[in-house]
Amino acid sequence: MLSELYQEVILDHGKKPRNFGSVAEPTHVAEGFNTVCGDRVLVSVAMDGDHVGEIKFTGAGCAICMASASLMTQMVQGKSSVEVTELFDKFQGAVTKEDAPLDGLGELEALIGVRQYPNRVKCATLAWHAVKDALAGGKR
Amino acid sequence: MDLEKLRSDFPILNQRVHDRKLVYLDNAATMQRPDAVLEAMDDFSRTTNANVHRGVHTLSQQATDIFEAAREKVRDFVGAEESREILWTKGCTESLNLVAHSWGLANLNSGDEILLSTMEHHADIVPWQLIAERTGAVVRPIPISDTCEIDLDALRAMIGAKTKVVGVKHVCNATGVVNPVKLIGEIAHSVGAILVVDGAQALAHVKVDVQDLGAHFYAMSSHKVYGPMGVGAVYGRRELLESMPPFMGGGDMIRSVSFKGTTFNEIPNKFEPGTPNVSGVIGFARALDWVTEQGLDAIAAHENELAEEARAALREISGVNLIAEGREKAGVVSFTTDFAHPHDLGTVLDEYGVAIRTGHHCCMPLMERLGIPGTARASFAAYNTNVDIKVLIEGLMKAREIFA
Repeated sequence: MLSELYQEVILDHGKKPRNFGSVAEPTHVAEGFNTVCGDRVLVSVAMDGDHVGEIKFTGAGCAICMASASLMTQMVQGKSSVEVTELFDKFQGAVTKEDAPLDGLGELEALIGVRQYPNRVKCATLAWHAVKDALAGGKR
Repeated sequence: MDLEKLRSDFPILNQRVHDRKLVYLDNAATMQRPDAVLEAMDDFSRTTNANVHRGVHTLSQQATDIFEAAREKVRDFVGAEESREILWTKGCTESLNLVAHSWGLANLNSGDEILLSTMEHHADIVPWQLIAERTGAVVRPIPISDTCEIDLDALRAMIGAKTKVVGVKHVCNATGVVNPVKLIGEIAHSVGAILVVDGAQALAHVKVDVQDLGAHFYAMSSHKVYGPMGVGAVYGRRELLESMPPFMGGGDMIRSVSFKGTTFNEIPNKFEPGTPNVSGVIGFARALDWVTEQGLDAIAAHENELAEEARAALREISGVNLIAEGREKAGVVSFTTDFAHPHDLGTVLDEYGVAIRTGHHCCMPLMERLGIPGTARASFAAYNTNVDIKVLIEGLMKAREIFA
């Protein structure tokens, strides 16, 4: 159902993405690129010790991709890289498996409608792959 | 053209998607096949299946005869002089790779130039880039205008003694623009360069005459013209094909083989090693016959009418931008909107049973030139109707309601 995919939260974040831009002095950066559709998300992070201090993104893509990137930047704020990875795994489970647990997803729950649209799952996870890559080694 | 009767040749169209009648507008990606094509392929498999060019037995001879008759049909359809100038391939991509590898490796030297239009498909860019790396030749893009017109003055200024290849699409898959191939060919010939034409999108929509166009090579895909996937052809001028080394080695492409050395077969066999996709070839030829039976002109007129109707309706929706306005086009309506990304449009339209293609259409340099991430593309075939356009517009209005 379209209304499950394009919930208010998604449309809102898709139109007005939060934390859109680049961190002035990033410690970690990485780009997510969907070769199938050309969507692109560049994530820049300034780590504060082991925790995400500041995170921003730029890029261009569909409403799902932009909304997911926007929500991601809000959700990982202040989290350690281990916690970001845990959230990544939980989120990826939620958008691919019917009976995955949803606890702790918060506003990300708005994205689980993509489960019904397998060819849009990549749109929802692109920014998450980018932040994971950034924290895993995309040091600058 | 009796549209109702024609549609009954395509049972696949009689299905529902998301509880809506299927509206298939992704014909530039692949066309549906009429019963006549499916039956011809099935008939071969059930009655005649045998390997070609090999046996003395009856079925092998029958299979060979049908196989070679199919080659003659393709020759006739594209106006080649001799049927041995038609080589079977897996499709346009293999056709273009064959030309780049076989002709390119034998004829390109360091500093030679390969000029390709900015709107070329990746299948017409990447093979030449691979060969350029190996030969030291250089691939240069021919500029295009904001409305996707190849800049002929720029081409005239770029072309010179170093130019060995000019590569261009006959019809652009992303925009539908019909390129002035004959004129481009004349410019190429003026410096002795060869003209390589990607005909993937042309065959089903415009009359192709490879000799009149001045093409040295012309690549074709069966599935873009009501035929099966995985089969296609390339036309090449006889004298070029005869002088070119084989692209791939194997059985049937040799005259004699010994460990001291091998001599190669005549064309076209020199370029067709291994057991070919015989039922595919038969389906391809039957599809061309089907087009001729309906009348290519009648099909094109019908498609152009639908495309114009779609464009007129799209112009009425604020926030819709049509690509390549004012250019001669065939079979394609490509657009972007201010309110939604093409993929979101595609998902909303799918909910209405409408199949369109969204994205870069394997033309990233073109999208970069136009400054857009991609487009939404509705592409037409003989079996599309006014109702298809109405549903397309209905879906787009819903998308606007959601996103605007």
